[in-house]
Amino acid sequence: MTTAPMPATVPQTPAELERPLLVANLRSFGWISNRVASLSEGPAPLWWWILFVPSFLALCLLGFCVSYQISTGVGVWGNRHPVMWAWDIVNFVWWIGIGHAGTLISAILFLLRQRWRTAVNRAAEAMTIFAVMCAGIYPALHVGRTWYDYWLFPIPNSNSLWPQFRSPLMWDVFAVSTYFTVSVLFWYMGLVPDLAVMRDRARTRARQFLYGIFALGWTGSNRHWSNYEKAYLILAGLSTPLVLSVHSIVSLDFSVSQLPGWHTTIFPPYFVAGAVFSGFGMVLSLLIPLRKIWKLEDIITMRHIDVMCKVTLATGSIVGYAYSMEFFIAWYSGNPNEGFHFLNRALGPYQWAWIPMVTCNVLVPQLFWIKWFRKNLVAVFIISILVNVGMWFERFVIIVIGLHRDFLTSSWAYYKPTPIDIGTYVGTFGLFFTCFLLFIRFLPMIAISEVKGVTPQSDPHHPLGGAKVAESVPDED
Amino acid sequence: MPDALTKPYGMIAEFITANSVLHAAQAVRNAGFRKWDVFTPFPVHGMDRAMGLKNSKVGWFAFLGGVAGYTTGMLMIWFMNTVDYPIVIGGKPMFSPFSAFPPSYELTILFGAFGSLGGMLFLNRLPRLHNPLLKNKRFSLVTHDRFFILIECDDPKYSEVETRKLLEEAGCRHIELIEE
Repeated sequence: MTTAPMPATVPQTPAELERPLLVANLRSFGWISNRVASLSEGPAPLWWWILFVPSFLALCLLGFCVSYQISTGVGVWGNRHPVMWAWDIVNFVWWIGIGHAGTLISAILFLLRQRWRTAVNRAAEAMTIFAVMCAGIYPALHVGRTWYDYWLFPIPNSNSLWPQFRSPLMWDVFAVSTYFTVSVLFWYMGLVPDLAVMRDRARTRARQFLYGIFALGWTGSNRHWSNYEKAYLILAGLSTPLVLSVHSIVSLDFSVSQLPGWHTTIFPPYFVAGAVFSGFGMVLSLLIPLRKIWKLEDIITMRHIDVMCKVTLATGSIVGYAYSMEFFIAWYSGNPNEGFHFLNRALGPYQWAWIPMVTCNVLVPQLFWIKWFRKNLVAVFIISILVNVGMWFERFVIIVIGLHRDFLTSSWAYYKPTPIDIGTYVGTFGLFFTCFLLFIRFLPMIAISEVKGVTPQSDPHHPLGGAKVAESVPDED
Repeated sequence: MPDALTKPYGMIAEFITANSVLHAAQAVRNAGFRKWDVFTPFPVHGMDRAMGLKNSKVGWFAFLGGVAGYTTGMLMIWFMNTVDYPIVIGGKPMFSPFSAFPPSYELTILFGAFGSLGGMLFLNRLPRLHNPLLKNKRFSLVTHDRFFILIECDDPKYSEVETRKLLEEAGCRHIELIEE
C-alpha cells in the first residue's frame, strides 16, 4: 500500500517540447462550461428557427412519401427490372457511411489517444445516430411489405420459419441494429457527466428535473470516474471492430453476389474507407458553420479543422486507389463481363454519374495537400460538401450501373428515379436535420468534461494545474 | 423526523487546482480514512493512484457480456437451423460456424457494450436519485470548475476538529458540513 510520493516540484518543460494547445487562449474550466452550456440555454436564436422550419417540413414530406409507399407498394419508386436496387439502397449505404466518421472519431481516435477528438466527438456521434436512423428507413421500406419487417429478426412467426443466416443481408440486420444501439449507448454514456453540468446550471424546475433524471445522479466522484473511464475505454474498444464490421458487412451485401463490378474482394476495406471519407465530409459541413455562428473558435480550433482535412485527404486517396485497382483488376482478370462493366461505368449511358464521382472523391480532396485550402474555411466547407456529393454518386455508380446492363442484352434498361424517390431522400434530410437541430438546442454539443480534461490546467503536473516548477531542469542521475 | 434531517453526513473541502486536490487526496489517504471520496469536473490524471483505488472491475462485466453474446448467437443459429427447422439449402451443412460468425460477432459487441455500461452503473450504484451532496449549493460547482474532497462522518477516523485541521493543512479554501 505504498505509492511513490508526489514530487514537490515538476521540471520545467523545454520550449521545443511544448505542444500547441487544444483549447486556444488558455480558457478556464468555467469558460468552457459557460460557453458550451449556454448554447442550449435561453430562447432559440432566429437562425435556429430559420433552419428548423424547413427541416421539419422536409420531415413531413418523408412522412407523406413513406405513407404513400407503404399503402401503395414499391412500384411508386423507379425500381424496375433489372435495376431492382436503386435509390433506396444507394441512400441506405450513403447515410450509414456518413455515420462511420462519428464512431471513428469517438472510438478509434480515442484508442489512438488523439486528444483533439474531444472537441468534435459529441456532435459527430450525434451525427452517427441520426444518420443511421435515416439509413434504417430504407431497408425497412425496400422489403415491400413493411408490416412484415419483424421477419428480419429471429422472432418466431406464423410460418415457423427462421431467417436465412447464410445471407449477408441477414448479417446486415444484426450489424446495423447493433451499430445503432452501441452508438446510442456510447453517446449517452459520454453525455452523463455533461447532463450533470446542465442539471447544476438549470434554473427552471423542468430543466432541473429532466437533466437531473438523465444525469442519473452523477456527482463527479473519482470512484465513479474510475469505473466510467474503464467503461469508456471498453466501449471504444468494442466500437472499433464494430464500425469496421458494419460497412464491411454492408459491402458483403454486394460482393457476395456474382455480379461483375460487385463481386470483388477489395470491397470491405474500400467501403470502410469511403464511409469514413464521407463521414468526415459531413462532420466538416456541420461543424464549420456551427463553429462560426456560435463562436467556438477557441474549442474547435484551426488545428482541428486541419487534422480533419488530412483524414479526409487520406481516406479520399484510399478511395481513389480502390477505384483504380477495380479498373486494373477488370483488365488483368481477363474476364469479359468485368471488362465490359468497367468500360460501361466510364463510357456508358451513366457517364454523367461517373464523372462527378471521380472528380469529387479522387481529384477534389487532393487539394488538401496544399495548406492554403486547409486554412481557408470557405474552401474546406465547399470541398466537404463535394465529398458527400461524390460519395452519393459512388453508391449510385456501383449499384445502378452494376445492374442496368446485366448478362442478357434483352433486359438492359435505363433507370430513372420517380418524384417519390426524390421526396423520400429529401425527407431523410428533414429527419436528420430536425434531430440534429433539436440535439444542438437541448444537449451540450461539445463534450464539456472531456474538453476540460485536455486543457493544461487539468493536469496536476502542469504549472497551470497548480504544480510548482523547479528552478532548473534537474540533471539525470 | 427532525433528528434525521439534522444528522451530519460529512465534511466537504473545496480546492481550486488539480494539483492541490491531488496532494490533499494523498494526505487524506495516508491518514487512513476509508469512507471518503474526491469529486472533480473531469477525471484527474493520477487520482486513482493517489486515492489508492484498485483497477476497475468493469472489464469483467464487459467480458461476461461478450461471452454471453457470442454464445447466444452461435447457439441460437445452431438451434434454429439444425433442431427447430432443419432445411437443406444448396446441399450445405445444416450449421456452419462460418456463416453464423458475423451475427454472433455483432451480438458479442452488443452484449459486451451493455455489459460495460451496465457494469459501470452497477459498480457506481447509479442511477441514484437522492444524494445529500447534490442539495448543497456550493457543491454544484463540482461540475463547473471546483474540486472537492468529502469525508463521511461514518468513517471511524472522523472527528470534527482533527479532520478539519487535516483538510486545512492540505490547502483547501473552504470547508462545509453537509447534512443528510
